[in-house]
Amino acid sequence: MALNLKELSKKPELLSPGHRACAGCGSVIAIRQALMAVEGPVVVGFATGCMEVSTTIYPYTSWRIPYIHDAFENAAATISGVETAFRSLKKQGKIKGDMKFIAFGGDGGTYDIGLQSLSGALERGHDFLYICYNNGAYMNTGIQRSSATPFCAATTTSPAGEVVPGKAQFPKDLTAIVAAHHVPYAAQASPHNWRDYIGKVKKALAIEGPTFINVIASCFRGWRTEPTTSIDIVKMAVETCFWPLYEVENGEYKLNYKPKEKLPIEEWIKVQGRFKHLLDEKYKPLREEFQANVDQEWAALLEKTGDQVQKVAV
Amino acid sequence: MSDQAPGWKDLPIGGVIDHAGNSFEYETGDWRAARPTLDKNKCIDCLQCWVFCPDGSILVEDEKMAGFDYQHCKGCGICAHTCPVDAIEMISEEKVGEVEIDEWGVKKSSPPEKGDQG
Repeated sequence: MALNLKELSKKPELLSPGHRACAGCGSVIAIRQALMAVEGPVVVGFATGCMEVSTTIYPYTSWRIPYIHDAFENAAATISGVETAFRSLKKQGKIKGDMKFIAFGGDGGTYDIGLQSLSGALERGHDFLYICYNNGAYMNTGIQRSSATPFCAATTTSPAGEVVPGKAQFPKDLTAIVAAHHVPYAAQASPHNWRDYIGKVKKALAIEGPTFINVIASCFRGWRTEPTTSIDIVKMAVETCFWPLYEVENGEYKLNYKPKEKLPIEEWIKVQGRFKHLLDEKYKPLREEFQANVDQEWAALLEKTGDQVQKVAV
Repeated sequence: MSDQAPGWKDLPIGGVIDHAGNSFEYETGDWRAARPTLDKNKCIDCLQCWVFCPDGSILVEDEKMAGFDYQHCKGCGICAHTCPVDAIEMISEEKVGEVEIDEWGVKKSSPPEKGDQG
């Protein structure tokens, strides 16, 4: 059955309002949409980060489902433990039924600090879904660079100034790193295409074994954009092929969306204050380098997926 | 928001929060500088606003857009920006009295008309 908002809207809201995320936060949209895909009992584990902090300010919690936060580096290890405990109790006949396990982490808690625990959990083959909401920096602590921060983006630890034009490195390709663990399912998504994203979460939850979704999430504070455009800006990331939507199912790459007309990366960077310095004429070579990198990654992806677009089957 | 934070004697052992989702009691609506208002004549109940709202503050009743939860809506304006038919208008909190809206933010000048619902 195709996903439909009217049906989804009848389900209970699992994340209560009253959380302290910024007005117009893109990450919380990504979390909320992921939870729309959940059916039946679920346990959520969270790495330290914006969403952990803003949804659990004592004495309040926004979680209407079982939730566990441990530390920055071990969301995947923690959910591994929960999943293993559940399996053990079930085997002993002390608990019945089925349960789903989801770990969330930001790009700081996934690309950087939690990478070893994620890698371990994927290798051990726990039955869980890991969702990385990727806003491309440590937004919670004041916009420090992470290994997901785009090329030339200005952050407080890679500031754009007279000498340095923002972050010097390209982000690492975490989705490919996860796929290299030969997990049954890994995908990239964006909340603007909710049908694709929610479909991917549903699909991942239905698969037994470790699954992974890397979802782009805007942060108007860090990206220096307007809060109202939180959805437009991630859409533009997809239309410029900076953030392609694809999935890797048992090693097979599938392209889920192909822009009718691939927009130049300038269309994406010119609307974000973190790239403002790049628009200077003297940085034209850097813009070209950025574009060349996007083109190269996109071509490499098309090589793996083929040109054919395959929608996510739910 | 509570007027007085509970003292340590009132807290559960271990600081357990025994009410899941109790952030609902925390009204983030007072952060708002502008509030969304709905023109029900234009609204096609596509629920794009609902799926993109970061605060779960779009009220949906029987598959129809019913208005806004002003207790929690932070006024980010994503709903107005993503609405495909411009049925949502942001109004500065200072000028709220100038527009006739009901408590859910539906404009009174635009009662829903049959046949307009697509």
